[in-house]
Amino acid sequence: MSVLIQASDVRYRYDDGTLALDGVDFQLEEGETVALLGPNGSGKTTFVLHLTGLLQGSGEITVCGMPVRKENFAAIRAKVGMVFQDSDEQLFLPSVLEDAVFGPRNLGLPADQALAHARQALEQVGMAWAVAKAPYHLSAGEKRRVALAGVLAMSPQILVLDEPTTYLDPPTQRELIRLLKELPQAKILVTHDIAFAQALASRAVFFERGKVAALGAIDEIARRYDWRL
Amino acid sequence: MLHRRDARMKLLALLAVLVAVATTQPFGLVTASGFAALLGAGLLISRLPVTGVLARAAVVLPFTVTFAGIAWLAGEAGRAFALIAKPYLSALAVLLVVATTPMPALLAAASSLGVPRMLVLVLQFLYRYLFVVAEQAQHMWVAAQCRGAALRTSHRAGRFRAASGTLAVLFARSYEKAEGIERSMLARCFDGRIRLLAPPRLGWRDLALLAFAAVAAWSWRWWVAS
Ligand SMILES: Nc1ncnc2c1ncn2[C@@H]1O[C@H](COP(=O)(O)OP(=O)(O)OP(=O)(O)O)[C@@H](O)[C@H]1O
Ligand SMILES: [Mg+2]
Repeated sequence: MSVLIQASDVRYRYDDGTLALDGVDFQLEEGETVALLGPNGSGKTTFVLHLTGLLQGSGEITVCGMPVRKENFAAIRAKVGMVFQDSDEQLFLPSVLEDAVFGPRNLGLPADQALAHARQALEQVGMAWAVAKAPYHLSAGEKRRVALAGVLAMSPQILVLDEPTTYLDPPTQRELIRLLKELPQAKILVTHDIAFAQALASRAVFFERGKVAALGAIDEIARRYDWRL
Repeated sequence: MLHRRDARMKLLALLAVLVAVATTQPFGLVTASGFAALLGAGLLISRLPVTGVLARAAVVLPFTVTFAGIAWLAGEAGRAFALIAKPYLSALAVLLVVATTPMPALLAAASSLGVPRMLVLVLQFLYRYLFVVAEQAQHMWVAAQCRGAALRTSHRAGRFRAASGTLAVLFARSYEKAEGIERSMLARCFDGRIRLLAPPRLGWRDLALLAFAAVAAWSWRWWVAS
């Protein structure tokens, strides 16, 4: 097993003084799925933004052996696919297809290959019917799936999904679980949906006030914090 | 018709028309009609909603009417007319190009014509930003309506205060949104370069469009001047 992500002592303070990360250690190994759990505002989103250098605090993070530094950003962002908590922030092009093509084109793929990747990814998430639609006319759950397709089209080695199940109806959630189980990538799931996390992840990391309060087998963590409805 | 023309040629044609409008002297009713006819022809072949475009071009008027008014009071009626007609016709020309060209194509064209990348990025950001602001405004309006905003503040001062407070929140929220969008673009390896699906190709129609617009605008300019 090789280590894909290694983070140690990550600290980050927002401009308004909020200490959002207060010494986080984290590790992700090849092929595994880890759930990041923890109360609202505990720093989960802030932490995953550090993995691709979208936020930079102090501490040491390496992704696939590369330190997260400016000169590695392009290579790291090609390896780590992020699906954001707010899909509206992710979809900004005039049509669904153009949005799904955006990532592959930025990777330097020629137009026909980029299109093929985009169409395949939209097919995977069941949104191929919407290629010509404007993303802002889609329902919240559809936007979610298109946002995921835009990342899958880049064939990343690691998937980071921030609250992927919000807005999805139960059958679509099941469908997402099935899809994610099939995908070979290592995954980080930031979620409050414990059933979803248990269906996919074996390991969990529990955040509390910017720190990792506990980590271990997901069922054990869920029990310890009484993390259920 | 206009939609399918090459964005670079449209930009150059726009530039030719804008410079002609700006530099033609004297700029009276006849001069203005000539340029209006040219733009009118463009509007017709573009199949855009005519009244909508004409109305939207009027957004520049509040800024220019003030100055025109001053010129009018100073007894310079001709200058007053030019102060209104030139900006309006220019706005019409810009709208004609913007409304018939997808933004990514327009920006890619601008950078391939040598417009500095920083400027193109700022334009692109502004474009996205406007779109985001409009959407936020709508969300907030709906939310306010649901809470009965219209019922409570019927007097003017109250409404003004509510509106200015809302505007401040709107800008703060829009700024955060724009930041989020920037972040998600970076996450998908955006490096500031816009890559179109199909590389633009020049055909004779594109060149003809540019030639026609430039020749028409500039011969009109010379004819008026002589
Ligand atoms: N842009 C920002 N400016 C200032 N403070 C922020 C900003 N974004 C987040 N914070 C603060 O940082 C802390 C961590 O936020 P973060 O979004 O990482 O939490 P989270 O664990 O993802 O929460 P949730 O489960 O609600 O998504 C919170 O206290 C939040 O208020
Ligand atoms: Mg979060």
